[in-house]
Amino acid sequence: MLNNEALLAQLEGLFTSNILSSEISFDMLTVEVPATSIHEIIAQLQKDENLSFGFLTLIGAVHYPDSTDREFAVVYHLDSWKNNVRLRLKVFLPLSNPSVDSITDLFPCANWMERESYDFFGVIFNNHPDLRRILNEDSMDYFPLRKEYALEDGTREDKDDRFFGRV
Amino acid sequence: MNKEKETSYNSPSEFYNSKETIDGDIATINLGPTHPATHGIFQNILKVDGEKIISSEQTVGYIHRAFEKLAERRPYNQITPITDRLNYCSSPINNLGWHMTMEKLIQAEIPKRVDYMRVIIMELARIADHLICDSVIGVDTGALTSFFYPFQEREKIYELYEEICGARLTTNIGRIGGFERDFTPVFHTKLKSFLKTFPKAFGEWDSMLARNRIFMDRTRGTGPISPERALAYGLTGPNLRAAGVDYDVRVMHPYSSYEDFDFIIPVGVNGDTYDRWMVRQEEIRQSVRIIEQAYGNMPEGSYKADVPDFYLPDKAEVYNNMEALIYHFKIVMGEMEVPAGEVYHSVEGGNGELGYYLISDGGRTPYRLQFRRPCFIYYQAYPEMITGQTISDAVITLSSMNVIAGELDA
Repeated sequence: MLNNEALLAQLEGLFTSNILSSEISFDMLTVEVPATSIHEIIAQLQKDENLSFGFLTLIGAVHYPDSTDREFAVVYHLDSWKNNVRLRLKVFLPLSNPSVDSITDLFPCANWMERESYDFFGVIFNNHPDLRRILNEDSMDYFPLRKEYALEDGTREDKDDRFFGRV
Repeated sequence: MNKEKETSYNSPSEFYNSKETIDGDIATINLGPTHPATHGIFQNILKVDGEKIISSEQTVGYIHRAFEKLAERRPYNQITPITDRLNYCSSPINNLGWHMTMEKLIQAEIPKRVDYMRVIIMELARIADHLICDSVIGVDTGALTSFFYPFQEREKIYELYEEICGARLTTNIGRIGGFERDFTPVFHTKLKSFLKTFPKAFGEWDSMLARNRIFMDRTRGTGPISPERALAYGLTGPNLRAAGVDYDVRVMHPYSSYEDFDFIIPVGVNGDTYDRWMVRQEEIRQSVRIIEQAYGNMPEGSYKADVPDFYLPDKAEVYNNMEALIYHFKIVMGEMEVPAGEVYHSVEGGNGELGYYLISDGGRTPYRLQFRRPCFIYYQAYPEMITGQTISDAVITLSSMNVIAGELDA
């Protein structure tokens, strides 16, 4: 059993300079790491016998349009069943080059989750075996979960935002 | 449609009727998107040699409804109806999982009685979910009786939902902070009678299939997966446990006072369709045990937490009390004060770990809400599980994996 503080201490020992920031909130440790080393870090966390983060819970992206050069975050949730502790890893990517290494070779289940992040946010996963849209149709030419896309269909003329309190 | 078809043929029908497909050893066929055997809208493009499947390519997203985008425009209490439509075979688990995520964010103190009420409802939902999945495996092996038989019991569970929230399928059950009312006297009567009659009816149904030679021959060794591959593909829930890995969110990350109850996590050996069926059957028995314990030791107390910012006040209060009226308006208009933060909470859903990753920036709606939809993740393992099997095996493998289209496509 490991608690979040002990886990953070171990991670700091393992990846000294790669930990950009860390935070413990709502029973979970969040660690920000550089986008260039995410593959290496997750590979090491998976292999390490003490930590053994052998289960990938979730990959998702977030769009922060207002933070320059950190427009996209890719968030990895890992679970170590041996220590019964969860870990959240974050990398930030710039809008000019939203790309990060794929971890499909480490966790086959990352395949569709990365495709989903590509589909909705346009995050490019390098070395992904089959990076295509997954839930939306292939001919779509935008990434719908980015903040600049309104929920309503922009081409409709019968809906006036003033009448809905949204101007 | 895969790439080679697009380059050499103008239309799929031209490809399927081409000389190469008909005369060659390898045929390409579509299983789905709408096919009576797939119980939902899934497309699988199978390459078959005779009846053996050589490879399969999946297409998902036919009923994508942009839930994650919708959630970014909705106040927190209006997101519950969205969660109904993920795994609609066990919607109360989705609803209550979402309420618990919110309660984690606002750090609400939940009375023990609410926890126990939730456990009863979630286990009823698990039973209903497993009843459908297991009876459908019966249908796909040719036993239609086994489909109709448990529906009478499922109907009783749906009547129990009705007693709590008035709805049956898309339940929208409970609220952030608890329930709108305590269990009614009718609920108590119906639950008692359910607990009395269900084990017998379930046993009769179970004995129709559990040691049935035809059923066993049909399901054993069908669609197997090894524990290593199951882990790699992110399987959770009964599918993972059938492969021999004893991970259950209720035990590893207990929520809603699950640590108070004594129950067994059934584990399979071969990870095939029969093991998945058996694990679910045993989970139904364990769920009954949990309900009996929770109902027998129901703590006294309130059916709601003290969170006036989120829990709608009583109607009598709203009409007679100024503060209650203000709270009522604030909640209905979605103007609650929510702390900023990031929360991940997960519950053991009907088919695996159902997670909610919520990012709040303090605004009236979530900044980002991502659902960890278990079957979206584990459905990736399907091509590997059916390669080398026959088409009819592919059908029962699909139904035994409990892939729910609503959850798959969000």
